[in-house]
Amino acid sequence: MSSGLVRPDSPPAGDAVAGDASVSAPATSSRTALKALGAVRDYGVLVSLAVLFVVLSFTAQNFLTKGNLLNVLDQSTDLGIIATAGTLVIVGGAFDLSVAGTFALSGVLAAKLATNGVDPTIALMIGGFSGGVIGFFNGLFVARIGINPFITTLATGFILSGIALVVTSGSLILVTNPNFGSIGTAAVGGVSWESIIFLIWAAIMAFLLARTVFGRYIYACGGNEEAARLSGVRVSAVRTVTFVMSGFAASLAGVLSASKVTTGQADAGQGLELTAVAAVVVGGTSIWGGSGAVWRTMVGIFLLGLVSNGFNLLGFNQVWEQVVFGGIVLLAAAVDARLRRGRS
Amino acid sequence: MELRAVSKRFGGVQALRDVDLAVRQGSIHALVGENGAGKSTLGKIIAGAHRHDSGEMLVDGRPVAYGSPREALADGIALIAQELSLVPGLSVMENVLLGTEAHRLGMLDARTMRRRFGELEELGFNLPADVPVGSLRMADQQKVEILRAVAREVRLIVMDEPTTSLTPDEAERLFAVIRDQAARGTTIIYISHALESVLELCEEVTVLRDGQVVRTTPAARQTVEGLVTAMIGRSLGAIFPPKQPPASDAPVVLSVRGLATSGWVRGVSFDVRGGEILGLAGLIGSGRSEIARAIAGAERREAGTIEIDQQPVRINSPREAVRRGVALLPESRKAQGLVLGNSVLDNVTLPHMHAFQRGGVVLRSRQRARVQEVCDQVGVRAPTLSGSVSSLSGGNQQKVMFAKWLCRPPRVLIADEPTRGVDVAAKHAIYELLVGLAARGMAILLISSELEEVLELAHRVLVMRRGRIAGELDQADEKAVLRLAFGTAEPQSGAR
Repeated sequence: MSSGLVRPDSPPAGDAVAGDASVSAPATSSRTALKALGAVRDYGVLVSLAVLFVVLSFTAQNFLTKGNLLNVLDQSTDLGIIATAGTLVIVGGAFDLSVAGTFALSGVLAAKLATNGVDPTIALMIGGFSGGVIGFFNGLFVARIGINPFITTLATGFILSGIALVVTSGSLILVTNPNFGSIGTAAVGGVSWESIIFLIWAAIMAFLLARTVFGRYIYACGGNEEAARLSGVRVSAVRTVTFVMSGFAASLAGVLSASKVTTGQADAGQGLELTAVAAVVVGGTSIWGGSGAVWRTMVGIFLLGLVSNGFNLLGFNQVWEQVVFGGIVLLAAAVDARLRRGRS
Repeated sequence: MELRAVSKRFGGVQALRDVDLAVRQGSIHALVGENGAGKSTLGKIIAGAHRHDSGEMLVDGRPVAYGSPREALADGIALIAQELSLVPGLSVMENVLLGTEAHRLGMLDARTMRRRFGELEELGFNLPADVPVGSLRMADQQKVEILRAVAREVRLIVMDEPTTSLTPDEAERLFAVIRDQAARGTTIIYISHALESVLELCEEVTVLRDGQVVRTTPAARQTVEGLVTAMIGRSLGAIFPPKQPPASDAPVVLSVRGLATSGWVRGVSFDVRGGEILGLAGLIGSGRSEIARAIAGAERREAGTIEIDQQPVRINSPREAVRRGVALLPESRKAQGLVLGNSVLDNVTLPHMHAFQRGGVVLRSRQRARVQEVCDQVGVRAPTLSGSVSSLSGGNQQKVMFAKWLCRPPRVLIADEPTRGVDVAAKHAIYELLVGLAARGMAILLISSELEEVLELAHRVLVMRRGRIAGELDQADEKAVLRLAFGTAEPQSGAR
């Protein structure tokens, strides 16, 4: 087929007439199949979550209890805060792999300050906002200087983890002041503060992406950077702000986590950056940018959370958990890839 | 090599119709024609990059139908396209032998490769073996492509516009290589706009017009004038709305003085009055789009001033251009114009979000109402405004681009290839739209490779050649424009 020879992203070559027309040749039957596949992506993950929920309700005795479900929520907060903000970065056409480093460093920073006589609340606030600054620099490197976001944040992630190691000299920083742990351990009516903050944060991210001008710009930048630029959108500014959001989310999660265990530790949150990407992709947000939603990421987070919880409750061998995780991510990415190929 | 009654359609466009072509072995055969006449499509069919819908293709008297460039290559036919397919980071030798490397048990056999490259070198290409291809000049890169074809013992090479990025001197050296290859029995099909060099280099010339062969004649019996006449001369359809001249006292809206870009646009000055459509003609690559992009802030200006409504303005980014009321309808809606995965709603309002928000929150009902209104005005047929634009036809996508800029009408509209890849009905609608906008006082700069569009819609035509204005025509006809575009006549007076 001639249309197969035209790469989806390449500009039409050769004579003007030949270029675009070949692409629009319709193939009705495959289009219907694609539509079905699109529905799988749109709602498949939601259905999977519901099915898993029902199955676990029947098979695992303690699953459908308030305590267990709140526990699932509680255990998803670090990942959730980071992945919901990460959704903005990915929809905008970039990546943030520095979040694990930010997560660790912010906790270490807060703990270090608190053990050096700074008021614990202030220490937590400084740590909590540190990621915003880090995100700003990530944005600067990516959007202004033009370094590939993957490489930029991989590098800054190394640097941040390294600084955290230097600050702690490789050991744990235990904070004895009880105020340091107040926010991480407090709860309202059985729901931890952490969980509440996560849900509020997720709601803010969802609102930003779905309802604001900034959100529209994020989709445009991720969908077609050049078209956005020619429409007068300040692409680098938009992208920088998404990095600031992502960095802030990572440090927020970092200090909450440090407060919970009243400890600053340099190896906290290892692997979180990749799990966050996985949660975003499983939800059905395209890794290539331009499409996706925060609610999808929430579904992805809870799907992964329930899998983990199910392993736990049903007494499966935990070593298989990662294998299942990987399989889910692969499946979600495969659906996205097929959709993309068909769209050309 | 012979083609019999070959036809090709792309969607609604008949790109080639019953093309007969016979090319003798060892000859250099030229294909010429206007942009969109079907030259490149024909070249691609011969080299397996497209497949013809009907007709027959014979190689050495044997019927063939290539499904891919790979199959054509296996049969000794190579295409050297406008965009070269070299690996810039690899050396000349590595590129030439790419895919045919000598090896022993999977290990590269450097000695055999050097020997083979040495043998090729005796053909007189004068290329350094170990230099990365990316560091070579364009002409030398082109030679690497030819050498690669030679290394694969190709018998027929299709070359599409090989000289557009070459200096005359470099082109001359390339011609020497081409002649030498032909003398050794390789057949060359040479697609070009550069008519003078076509006559100098080629033995036979086939003229295409609207996907049909006008004639095939020996080059010795041809002149540039004769070729140009053969390339044009079709009747203009009744699809163009009548021109409405701008009011005689209409003020100048856009004024450009001494524009130069980082590319090769130099010293371009012109005015466009309100209600006037100024056509910008010239060959692809003559600098038309560069001018458009420079005025719209999408490309850096090296020099020159822009005035809008007689006020000097600073336009250094698309954002500033949008603010000043300059809208650019870019030449590629896919790469530059639309966010294909986004909805009609979001595409149309993208440049104007500030008008559809309160406190940063999108006012969705106001957005929808305005988009509906402007889409009706432009004639966008979309099942739903929330659906992605990628599901719309080319013509409707193009209209969405118009809607996008008319959502808040600009002072100046720059339309770069506004009818590219759309069917006749959509073309007609777009012409009416352009004429209607001008009638309401907008200043319009129209760029098109379809000459008749420029001639029928524009009140005045500037012809570009090699980055400069070759001439300005008030009463333009195709011949005059092509003469200026090809540089076969002295620039006419009137260029400011």
